[in-house]
Amino acid sequence: MIEISNLVKHFGPRIALSGVNLSVETGEFVTLVGPNGAGKTTLLRILATLTRPTSGTVRLAGLDPARSGDSVRRRIGFLSHRTLLYEDLTAEQNLRFYARMYDLDQASPRIQNLLEWVGLAGRRYDLVGKLSRGMQQRLAVARAVLHRPRVLLLDEPYTGLDPQAARALTDLLTEPSNMKGSEAAPSNMKGSEAAPPSTKGSIDEGRTILMTTHNLERGLQVGRRVVVLVHGHIVYDERRDAIDPAMFSETYRTLTA
Amino acid sequence: MRKDVVRRSQRDVLGAVLVGLSSVAMLAALGMVFLYAPREATMGDVQRIFYFHVASAWIGFFAFFVTCLAGIGYLVQGDRRWDALAFSSVEIGLTFITMTLLTGALWARPVWGTYWTWEPRLTISAVQWLIYVAYRMLRAAIEVPERRARFAAVYGIVAFVTVPLSWFAIRWWRTIHPDILMGGEGMAIAPQMVHALVVSVAAFTLLYVTLLWLRMRLERAVNALACLRAITLQKGHSDGTHHSSKGPF
Amino acid sequence: MNFLRTVWAIVGKDVAAELHTREMINAMLVFSVLVLLVFSFALDLRGAAARAAAPGVLWATVAFAGTLGLGRSLARERQTGCIDGLLLAPVERSAILLGKALGNLAFIAVVEGVLLPLLSALFGVPLLRPAMLLVTVLGTVGYAVVGTLLAAIAINTRAQEVMLPILLIPLAIPALIAAVRATGVLADGGALADVGGWIRLLVVYDLVIVAVSMLTFGFVVEE
Repeated sequence: MIEISNLVKHFGPRIALSGVNLSVETGEFVTLVGPNGAGKTTLLRILATLTRPTSGTVRLAGLDPARSGDSVRRRIGFLSHRTLLYEDLTAEQNLRFYARMYDLDQASPRIQNLLEWVGLAGRRYDLVGKLSRGMQQRLAVARAVLHRPRVLLLDEPYTGLDPQAARALTDLLTEPSNMKGSEAAPSNMKGSEAAPPSTKGSIDEGRTILMTTHNLERGLQVGRRVVVLVHGHIVYDERRDAIDPAMFSETYRTLTA
Repeated sequence: MRKDVVRRSQRDVLGAVLVGLSSVAMLAALGMVFLYAPREATMGDVQRIFYFHVASAWIGFFAFFVTCLAGIGYLVQGDRRWDALAFSSVEIGLTFITMTLLTGALWARPVWGTYWTWEPRLTISAVQWLIYVAYRMLRAAIEVPERRARFAAVYGIVAFVTVPLSWFAIRWWRTIHPDILMGGEGMAIAPQMVHALVVSVAAFTLLYVTLLWLRMRLERAVNALACLRAITLQKGHSDGTHHSSKGPF
Repeated sequence: MNFLRTVWAIVGKDVAAELHTREMINAMLVFSVLVLLVFSFALDLRGAAARAAAPGVLWATVAFAGTLGLGRSLARERQTGCIDGLLLAPVERSAILLGKALGNLAFIAVVEGVLLPLLSALFGVPLLRPAMLLVTVLGTVGYAVVGTLLAAIAINTRAQEVMLPILLIPLAIPALIAAVRATGVLADGGALADVGGWIRLLVVYDLVIVAVSMLTFGFVVEE
């Protein structure tokens, strides 16, 4: 689904990515960890068509983000620590706007389902600026998947979330439901025990997920594959079930020293 | 390495030729203006400023035209040399426009008793001066070189497009409300004056090209130096200590 | 994706957002009245002097209030990263420009809608004429579009909004001159035919600047 080869990105004298090679299969949930400034955001932004590479090849679903911008945009959903939501609009107005921007038919039922899925149906007429950070991020997830993208790009989505909100986000990301008429919201939003961390990712829709984080435990918790990015190139790439969490923090420390 | 040296000496020769030609042209222009052109009837010798005033106004405009084209070149091709051409032309153009304004003031004072008139050519020069300054301020406010080049290119194009429109607007405005002081050029034009003007304009154009050429060469040298520095620093890092570079974020 | 539908969606979004808070439009309105006041005091505008100065005061105020709104509008997009939201959508970049610009135009139009009657009353100038409407629209469209483009540039510089008036005002000179002159003629009782030349200049200015802005906006927002 995602093929990156020799990706280099300079910002003037600053080198953000110095030759990245990465291959992500359809349906994989890959976590990209690395210290601040490693280039994780840059990598995601290139995939999201927001930045052009300096050199190297990037293919998403066989398409080049720099050339076939619109086709790629239709296939990706983007979530970052910024919500990309308009604070002066209501939850519903936000989703409706993006539905128009993505030219979606049957927007109303889809918006209704999504609002229920993220547990915000009751807050649909509230201004986004008035929602808590956790709720905003949940709405942002709804926004990101509104147009049923095959690929999700998540850039430090857990930033600023309290543990409960973080659990809710994890559930949304790893839940096998595809929101079509799902009646129950993820279990922990009803206050019950947190669902065990899912390691299979959202496979059923074949949705591919690439998530960045600088938080190690988070990286090991979600995600089926862990990739470490340091100073603009990949230094570690392993399947999650081949990693021993106890050893990993030591490994990580060495890699990022 | 040898090819480099040969090319550099070829450029040195070209540079010398340009400087030589400009000097000759300027001397010729000075000669034409002070010796060949007749003394103007009403204004006297002060009128001789007119030749330099008009010539520098012309270059001020032309330089911005070059910037606009260079901006288009950069956006289409992405080659940084287009950007170097664009801002070099602005630097030089700004100097010429400043000269236009100053010569205009020097001319206006003895003839019309005031340093400034809202006469079309002066006004459009003032507008262009402000645009040039805005361009430079824009460049100064952006750190990332690629973005600086891109934004400057866009501004150069959009800004230049408004200049002819400003010119028409100002002219019509001044036709309807002529400046009482001006009431037309008030100059008696003799054919020798036209000759002197043409030579002045040609000389100034040559001067502009020479300065542009020299400025571009300077920029090339600056870039080469920066590259060498970067390479040296990287080398230092790779065989020196293993500490994290000052690179990204 | 339908170009016009995108433009319309963005305009709708900006208007809806502004309707919720009204903070920008209020700020622009209050600012305009303050500028009017400053002019009146500074130039001691009464009687015949007021009538002569009215067109200039009108358009100077619009220009300044305009830069306020233009700067704010794009700063807001930048805050929550919403400009990325727009860029992530499969829509034409120039449609984004046009959508934002028309939204800005609507806000400036509200300010003009208040200024025109206010000036008419305070300065004793008959500005509430249909011909005036045409001049106002033509005088503002180009300004709003190029202002949006330059605001998008300005917001990405170190000086941010402060950069905008410096970049914008020299480029607005043709429209400013034409609008003020035409307004003056109309205020003196002239007919639409009398300002034909200025109208033509405004139309050419608008067409050219809108075209160039749309062509170059993509380069401004794509990194």
